[in-house]
Amino acid sequence: MSEGRPPDPLARLGERLDKARATRTGEPAPGPGEPALQQGVGLGLRIGVEFVVAVVVATGLGWALDRWLGTRPWGTIVLFFLGVGAGMVSVYRAVTGIKTVVGYRRLDAAASRESIKGKWDDEE
Amino acid sequence: MALELKPLEQFTIERLVPLHIGRLDVSFTNSALLMTIAVVLITALTVLATRKAALVPGRWQSVAEMSYEFVADMVDTNAGHGARDFFPFVFTLFMFILFANLLGLVPYSFTVTSHIIITFALAAVVFIGVTIIGFIRHGMHFLRLFVPEGVPVVLLLLLVPIELLSYFIRPFTLSIRLFANMLAGHTMLAIFGGFAASVGFLAIFPLGINVLLIGLELLVAALQAYVFAILTCLYLRDALHLH
Repeated sequence: MSEGRPPDPLARLGERLDKARATRTGEPAPGPGEPALQQGVGLGLRIGVEFVVAVVVATGLGWALDRWLGTRPWGTIVLFFLGVGAGMVSVYRAVTGIKTVVGYRRLDAAASRESIKGKWDDEE
Repeated sequence: MALELKPLEQFTIERLVPLHIGRLDVSFTNSALLMTIAVVLITALTVLATRKAALVPGRWQSVAEMSYEFVADMVDTNAGHGARDFFPFVFTLFMFILFANLLGLVPYSFTVTSHIIITFALAAVVFIGVTIIGFIRHGMHFLRLFVPEGVPVVLLLLLVPIELLSYFIRPFTLSIRLFANMLAGHTMLAIFGGFAASVGFLAIFPLGINVLLIGLELLVAALQAYVFAILTCLYLRDALHLH
């Protein structure tokens, strides 16, 4: 085995793989729809629950604390508002992508939403 | 008109093989059966399909490789670098939820993920795991996650509880989202199915709706698995890379 000389067949295979990959990027990912559409719908499904659960869980926690400590109704009230705050924060984060800029690729997501809208308009 | 609708009957747990250890009921249920099927199918897909791995993949090898690449790409883009260690976990989670959801759509089967105890168990594993990883990687410094940067001290009194709350709500949102979607979808299918059974030739309408709903449910089944996995990645990212 002589070193320094690149293994020719492998290099050619690499080129072919790169070419194949380049042509493949346009294809849909496994799962329904295009990746962009999927990300858009995924984000929508995600934030739907976020706010409601935050409020419900926080209020329930406050209610439980009240029962335990006998401080009715203060725990419920305070934790209800904290829950609303937490819910808003998590929805805001999910949408704007604070801390998750790479994950949500804000521009891509916006573009995909546009393309979804375009699709719906076409069908109508 | 006697309309017999039992849309929730499909979610009953049945003991297929009753089994008791002391007072503990460890019967093999329909839920356990479906989980076993899911695990067996996933194992078959990943092991058998890649056993005779060829450079030009066949159909099954292609499916296995695509799901692998899909999750690997998701982990890389969402959890940041250094998260490859957790790829097996995310892949397992994604495939298990995906198969459980899809198997639930087979008539007469059972939807494992429509039970909150199962989705909550999955979410709790993610939550506790991520918290432990955070503390291992950063020690007490991990608590900085709850302290937003560049905020006046007075506001911290308000913001730290909110951050804490939104952190501890994670396992709930994660589990309720999956469970509620599966429960609602399957209940709707059963309701329209019940209509179709009781309205004679008009059954064509609820049946048509059910055909559309099955399509929607397929989408939801895949998307919910995707959302669960991607959120796991994002939580991992929080734990691995503090801001």
